[in-house]
Amino acid sequence: MAAGMDLGPSRLIRLLQLGQTEKALRAQGMWQCVSCQTCSTRCPKSVDCAGVMDALRQLSVERGTDTPEQQRTVLFQKAFLRNIRRNGRLNELELIADFKISTFVHGRSLSFLLKDATLAPELMKRKKFHLVGEKARDRAVLARIFARCMDDSIL
Amino acid sequence: MNLAYYPGCALHGSSNDYEQSLRACLETLDVQLKEIDDWICCGATAAHSLNQKLAVALPARNLALAENKGFREMLAPCPMCSMQLLKARKALADDAALRRSVSEIVELEIRGETQVLNLIQLFEAIGLDRLKAAVKAPLASMCAACYYGCLLTRPPEVVEFDDFEQPRSMEKILEALGGKTVDWNFRTECCGAGMTMASEQTVLELSHKILTNAAAHGANCLVVACPMCHVNLDMKQPNIERHYGVKHAMPIYYLSDVVGLALGFKPEALGINRHFVGKA
Repeated sequence: MAAGMDLGPSRLIRLLQLGQTEKALRAQGMWQCVSCQTCSTRCPKSVDCAGVMDALRQLSVERGTDTPEQQRTVLFQKAFLRNIRRNGRLNELELIADFKISTFVHGRSLSFLLKDATLAPELMKRKKFHLVGEKARDRAVLARIFARCMDDSIL
Repeated sequence: MNLAYYPGCALHGSSNDYEQSLRACLETLDVQLKEIDDWICCGATAAHSLNQKLAVALPARNLALAENKGFREMLAPCPMCSMQLLKARKALADDAALRRSVSEIVELEIRGETQVLNLIQLFEAIGLDRLKAAVKAPLASMCAACYYGCLLTRPPEVVEFDDFEQPRSMEKILEALGGKTVDWNFRTECCGAGMTMASEQTVLELSHKILTNAAAHGANCLVVACPMCHVNLDMKQPNIERHYGVKHAMPIYYLSDVVGLALGFKPEALGINRHFVGKA
């Protein structure tokens, strides 16, 4: 996966070693990362590069330095967590709606908004799509867990 | 055999065909699954990308729910879930202070003792000899590329499963069922995982390489044990074909599909008719 990144794991780690955190945080690499754990597993020095990618993403979101190119992935992850906080379990239909609306608000791309719209009937035909999703019973505890872990404003 | 069952969101959502086939197999093999009461999402990539505490707390609550019911083992058929559960379990086992603080966060006492199994490990626990004895329809025409993807074997110190570069556990199961397997290069490469929605191009590129390599080595199907791999390789296959102007027509089976077929189930009873790519 590193081949497609603007700055791959080794370059990002080097920037951090040199104290150039700001430059590392402006990179796209950690948002292109698919968390496949290959870099951590193969690092001859046992550096947990994938863990460093997580740390860079968290720092970038906390500091609000995510650039427009990073937006889609960030918006998806945020919509995902909002969904879990609300329902306890992922509601795919709600997630897609939330993600599509938030990307449209940010980028105004009509083609991205409508992309995959034809997938819904295909999934329904295969009984893989549920209009009413499952929810955990104790959803109040979810709200408390989230409040204890993270600042509300991040989501 | 009696064990706790953590389906995770995918198996109760668009990957419900995976749950259908694994339930069919396990019933026949006398394994009783007890779904964990009021389980919650493991947080997946979103949690570990955006908040470290949440990435431990969400799986920890599920571990605690299972432990408090006295379960010693739990099946988590989605590798994303099982990796997150195992990662939390390991972090909690190594650190008493973390155990105390996470117990407070999730409002349940947690010890981190429940063992988490993926589906391959469950079939191994049932035993290859027992599987072999239960075969009614050997997979004679199957020449499968077993695809492990990322999180079944990585990170190795967390999942502690099989060889992380050259895994063989799925091949052994397939061979016990009378099927053939191919040697190929992309068994532990990533399919693009959770990027399906946010960055489709990543998925198309990685999955196209996987499908191309499997076909080049003579496979007539791919076998996966992950709902995300199935989505990217099966549901996205028409998009991959359109984008690259090729026809893959490569059927993608869950491991429980091929076990079920060998046990004598019809494809419809396993949900195979609900896949996107039809039988080749």
